[in-house]
Amino acid sequence: MGGVPQLEVMDVTLRFGGVTALQSVSFAVESGAIDAIIGPNGAGKTSMLNAISGVVRPQQGRILLDGEDVTRLSPHARTRLGLARTFQNIALFKGMTVLDNLLIGRHTHQRCGLWRGGIYYGPGRDEEVAHRLVVEEIIDFLEIQHIRKQVVGTLAYGLQKRVELARALALEPRILLLDEPMAGMNAEEKEDMARFIIDANEDRGTTVVMIEHDMGVVMDISRRVVVLDFGCKIGDGTPQEVKRDPHVQQAYLGQEDAV
Amino acid sequence: MEPDTFPKLLAATAARLGARTALREKDLGIWQETSWRQYHDHVRDFSLGLLALGLRRGDKVAIIGDNRPEWLYAELGAQGAGGTAVGIYQESNLDEVAYVIDHSDAVLVVAEDQEQVDKILDVIEKLPKVRHVIYSDPRGMRHYRHPALISFAAVEEKGRALGRGQPRLWSENVAAGSADDVAILCYTSGTTGFPKGAMLTYRNLLTMATSLNQVDAKLPDDELVSFLPLAWIGEQMMSLASSLAIGFTVNFPEEPTTVTEDIREIGPHIMFAPPRVWENINSMVQVKIMDTTRAKRLMYELCMPVGYKVADLRLGKRPVPPQWRAAYALAHWLLFRALRDRLGLSNIRSCSTGGAALGPDVFRFFHALGVPLKQIYGQTEISGISCIHADGDIQFHTVGRPIPGTEIAISEQGEILSRSPSVFAGYYKNEAATTETLAGGWLHSGDAGYLTADGHLVVVDRMQDVMQLAGGARFSPQHVENRLKFSPYVKEAVVVGKDRPYLTAMLCIDMAIVGKWAESHQLGYTTYTDLAAKSEVYELVLREVEKVNATLPEAARIRKFVLLYKELDADDEELTRTRKVRRAFVEERYRQVIAALYGGAREVPIDAVIRFQDGKTARIQTTLQVRELGGAAKAPTIAATKVRRGHAAGRGGGRP
Repeated sequence: MGGVPQLEVMDVTLRFGGVTALQSVSFAVESGAIDAIIGPNGAGKTSMLNAISGVVRPQQGRILLDGEDVTRLSPHARTRLGLARTFQNIALFKGMTVLDNLLIGRHTHQRCGLWRGGIYYGPGRDEEVAHRLVVEEIIDFLEIQHIRKQVVGTLAYGLQKRVELARALALEPRILLLDEPMAGMNAEEKEDMARFIIDANEDRGTTVVMIEHDMGVVMDISRRVVVLDFGCKIGDGTPQEVKRDPHVQQAYLGQEDAV
Repeated sequence: MEPDTFPKLLAATAARLGARTALREKDLGIWQETSWRQYHDHVRDFSLGLLALGLRRGDKVAIIGDNRPEWLYAELGAQGAGGTAVGIYQESNLDEVAYVIDHSDAVLVVAEDQEQVDKILDVIEKLPKVRHVIYSDPRGMRHYRHPALISFAAVEEKGRALGRGQPRLWSENVAAGSADDVAILCYTSGTTGFPKGAMLTYRNLLTMATSLNQVDAKLPDDELVSFLPLAWIGEQMMSLASSLAIGFTVNFPEEPTTVTEDIREIGPHIMFAPPRVWENINSMVQVKIMDTTRAKRLMYELCMPVGYKVADLRLGKRPVPPQWRAAYALAHWLLFRALRDRLGLSNIRSCSTGGAALGPDVFRFFHALGVPLKQIYGQTEISGISCIHADGDIQFHTVGRPIPGTEIAISEQGEILSRSPSVFAGYYKNEAATTETLAGGWLHSGDAGYLTADGHLVVVDRMQDVMQLAGGARFSPQHVENRLKFSPYVKEAVVVGKDRPYLTAMLCIDMAIVGKWAESHQLGYTTYTDLAAKSEVYELVLREVEKVNATLPEAARIRKFVLLYKELDADDEELTRTRKVRRAFVEERYRQVIAALYGGAREVPIDAVIRFQDGKTARIQTTLQVRELGGAAKAPTIAATKVRRGHAAGRGGGRP
């Protein structure tokens, strides 16, 4: 591949008052990668994702998308540049249907304003049909046809997770940030989710950066792993390299007995 | 000359109906239509593509997958090239898939998607006769590089190329077919031993479609939703033979999980489904009514008795008094119309059940709603159907009269025999079984039955399943099981009692419904195993069994029962793929439980291994309680039942 990495985190430091959540962390994600960020609880994984997506602004360091500095940009501006994420605790409109949640995921691509969109005729309608097509393709992709018109709040947890992934994919992102996509799932649901992530990466060409605690999944599907501990990067390499690294074993794997 | 093969019929119907809709499939949330002309062109291209891949007349083409238009293209394409189609149930495991493909000598396999292709590639080393595997859904197949693989579209493209060079090849191929060619090999699910491949000719299938149509009319404007396995003779009869002969539209659901909604959207006129489907609709309504608002429940409780009353009068061929007519009309507007719409049964005209007995209570339910459900009887070997209820002549305990062209007789041993132009050409590569089944020129059904005074056939049970208690009393376990299964809480039942002093039952609860019941009674549970071990659940089922016992003769009553720790499952070989209980296998597998039912034990320790479709296994350890019913025996006090380990997380839905 070569050239500019799709996402570059340069020397990022993030503090909350006296607490240092991230301490000069740097890493780069190549286009088309599936990379994982791992680490014990409180290591700063979610803070890292928040910094990348723009929810928090680091005190020091820069974040680059395709070589362009986005450190100062708001979250929705980054979304427009092709960044999408899911959250550890599901962030969906629980009172709305799956379909409506996904259509809302298309809002950054909405071109018609209040007037043209409000009148359901001409360009407004054409645009809505086009959005619906994209959303339907994602519904097909994630095999959620049977719950298309159900209200999200009534769905099982594992399905809500899948809908959240769908909502993120509805943005047609180039980089997808996943915060513990498998948390709280059973073995079968995890297997499905892993397959969807791989398919999203291979078939849709989406770059994936995920935080995940299930080491089996991380070792299976990610090609590169970044290890954080107390806000510092202590490891970076292929799953095999990271597994063998004595620092990592001590900080995380050995201690937590997670493998 | 009348078209006498499927491909000839397709060509004739395409010429006649041209731009009318032949097939409809829901894709990306929208019903996409295929005209008869397009249907014909797909079949032609695919058929020529098969020739390009080296298919010769008489070759077999195996097809595995869900209900999709591509199945029909593949089947008719194979037939148009002079070949025979072999359907495989989409849920079959590796051994079953390998057996059918190998035994049928299939040279090509058409597999729907990655899941099915994986199965074939897993066993392809053992299938030297298979030259190509054709897949229709490319999803997830990007990295597959097996030399035998080719996509459905690529085969059609090869066909178009061949067609350009030899424009008359297709019509010559179609014309070369004759009525006595074998159209399909239908592997019977077989409650005993390996499946057998019944050879059915075009004559068999088309005679069946036209004879059945004489007593149960279908129209060119009708809609059918094709959602049962296309490997099953019943679905072949509807989606292929009848649709081609009559010209009605076949609709394919978006996914197996969306069938209920898709049926509602289409509102089919025709529906032929095994009892399980009708029972599910019935119990779904009962559950939803339990859950609904008080006003709606009141409406249900007011209207249903009216429906039942009128249905009973009509079925008894007695006149319906005007005041009941008026009450029924009111109930129709208040409830039945909306309920039928919700179930997708608003337009239903021809609907029938077959394959096993359906409880009279379920029958009455549908008739009360105004859905004219009929019973059908038949075997794969007679192209599906030999008897059906005529309009206005429906009796719950019978399966109706023989359809035109069919003769029914009862052997001295009480076995049902039949004879018609639809009786099959024999089992593929199995002379012995063929001779035995067709002994004396009659098709031996293996079912025990009798004819009533007015010519209706009554099916009692499988010949080998009519049993005697040690005391000599005869009983049919299936009959008792069907009664038990009418309870919404009981999903499967196995009744034991052959050569024993009394009857006992092993029951499987319905996870969805009992789970709902448990929730509304503040009863916590984790897995199927855990739920089925709850004393409260035992009490619930005990009351259901008592109700059933009250309707049975003294000798045929259940004396003891247990609730099994898992559902009976085709993956564990306990059920056939059409969900019939494999009795001998189940009795062997649960030998220990049965011993406890006839011993004095109050509980049975269980340490068992369950198998999943992909061959993985999990271990279950638990303790079952034995409950006694009736006079002297009293239920034991709450036993110390607990799930020590429930490895059940891997299974979704109702599985343990």
